[in-house]
Amino acid sequence: MGIRERMSGNEAIAVAMKQINPDVVAAFPITPSTEVPQYFSTFVANGTVDTEFVPVESEHSAMSACIGAQAAGARAMTATSANGLALMWELLYIASGSRLPVVLACINRALSGPININNDHSDSMGARDSGWIQLYSETNQEAYDNMLMAHRIGEHKDVLLPVMVCQDGFITSHAIENIELLEDDKIKGFIGEYKPEDYLLNRENPISVGPLDFIPHYFEHKMQQSLAMKNAKDVILQVTEEFAEITGRSYGLFEEYMTEDAEAAIVLLNSTAGTAKYVVDALRKQGKKVGLIKPRVYRPFPVDEIAQALSKFKSIAVMDKADSFNAAGGPLFTDVTSAMFIKGICEPKVINYIYGLGGRDVKADDIESVFENLLDIAKTGKVDSVFNYLGVRE
Amino acid sequence: MKKGLNEKDKKSLDPNVSWKDITRGGNISSPGNAELFKTGDWRSMKPVWIEEKCKQCLLCYPVCPDTSILINEEGKRVDFDYDHCKGCGICVKVCPFKAIDFVEESK
Repeated sequence: MGIRERMSGNEAIAVAMKQINPDVVAAFPITPSTEVPQYFSTFVANGTVDTEFVPVESEHSAMSACIGAQAAGARAMTATSANGLALMWELLYIASGSRLPVVLACINRALSGPININNDHSDSMGARDSGWIQLYSETNQEAYDNMLMAHRIGEHKDVLLPVMVCQDGFITSHAIENIELLEDDKIKGFIGEYKPEDYLLNRENPISVGPLDFIPHYFEHKMQQSLAMKNAKDVILQVTEEFAEITGRSYGLFEEYMTEDAEAAIVLLNSTAGTAKYVVDALRKQGKKVGLIKPRVYRPFPVDEIAQALSKFKSIAVMDKADSFNAAGGPLFTDVTSAMFIKGICEPKVINYIYGLGGRDVKADDIESVFENLLDIAKTGKVDSVFNYLGVRE
Repeated sequence: MKKGLNEKDKKSLDPNVSWKDITRGGNISSPGNAELFKTGDWRSMKPVWIEEKCKQCLLCYPVCPDTSILINEEGKRVDFDYDHCKGCGICVKVCPFKAIDFVEESK
C-alpha cells in the first residue's frame, strides 16, 4: 500500500525526482514549471537528495548541462514550460540524436506571442518530431507515475531516447489533489541504478559523443533512432506492466473510457479528459452512447492500436489544445486520421476541434456540444465542418 | 600514441556500413581517428617548404591549427602533411626566414 498524500502536480513531479534521486538536475525557472526546480532545490539544500543541482542561466544551458551530464554517464533531469522548451529546441534534437535518455517534465503552457502563461499544448506539440518519447498525464497521479516510469523506458537498451512527461500547466500543476505515492525503497528497486553501456567518464573505454556525421553515415544513425522510437512502444508496455504489479495502477498506450458500445467518441490529451469523463457519465445517464479515448503515449504514436480502437465508432472528434496553423487540422488530428487511413479504417466520420488555446476554459457544456454534434453526425452521416474551433467568440 | 581504429569503429566508419552495425548516435571509441578524414582537398593555397632556407627554428610547428607540419624522430621538421593541410598560410606568415612559399594549388 502506498503513501496517501495531497499535493499539486508540480510538487508530485518534484517528489518523484526526489525519490529517483538523479545525479544531475539542471533547470531554469519558467511559469508554470518554476515550482519543480524550486521544490527540488529545497531537497538539495536539506540534503534529502545527493543530486548535483545546476542553476543555469537559460533553458538552452539547462538542456546542454543535462546532455553533458548524461553523456558523462549520469542520470540527468530537468523541467520547463512553453518558451523555455522552445529555447531548448536545438538541444532536444541533440539529446535524442546522441541517444541520451534525459528526462524532462514539461508543464504545458501556451507559446508566446502574444504573451500568455496559461495552459495549452503548443509547447510540447512543437517538439513532437524532436525524437523525444512523449507521455501525457491527466492528473497529478498520472504525472507522478509517468515520471517514475520515464527512466526505465528511456534507458532501455532497445530505446535509449529522452523522455518528456507532460501535464497541464496550472490546471494540474498547481491544483492540489489526492495522490498515492510509492515508498522510496520500492522506487529504488523499480528504477535501479543507471548503468550506461558507453559513457564519457568510463576510463576503460573512452568515447567521443556527438561527432561530425556527414553524408556517408548520418542517415544510418537516423534509421537507428527511428527504430529506437518504434521499439519504445513495447518497452513502454513492459515497464507499465511492471509498474502495475507494484502499484496496482495500470496504464496502457491510451485509456478507453466507456467506449465498448459507443457510437460517438472524443480523443484528447491531458486534464480535459477529466471534464470529458464527467460529460460522458452525464450523457450515458440519458442513454447516449458516447465515450472517450485519452492517449497517454503520443510519441511513439500507437498507430495500429489507436486505429483499431477507433474503428468501432460512427463519429469521432479529435480535440487539439494546439493549432498547427497548417490549414489541415491540429497535430493529434492529423496523426489520428493518418493512422486510421493507413489501417484502412475509413468508416467513422472524423472531425477536429481546436480548443482551450492560451488557457481558455473548456467547460462541461463545451464538451457536451461536441458530443451533440458527433451524435448528429452518427445519425445522419453528414459532416458540416471538419475543422472547428471550440469556445472562441464569433 | 598508438593510432588506429578498434574493430567496432572500423566497421562503423566503413562507407558501406549498414545501420544495423553502425555505432549508436555516432559514438566513437578509438582516439585519433580524425587522421582518416582527409581534408587536404579543401586547400586552394599551398605552403611549400624550402628546405635549404629552413633554419629548423620550429616557429611554424606550434602555430599550425592542424598537425600538418610533421616532425621526425630527431625533432626536425620535415615536409607538410598535404593530406590534412588546409592551406591557411599561418606558417608562411610566421616564418622569419621566408623558408615557406605560398602558391596557388592549381599550379
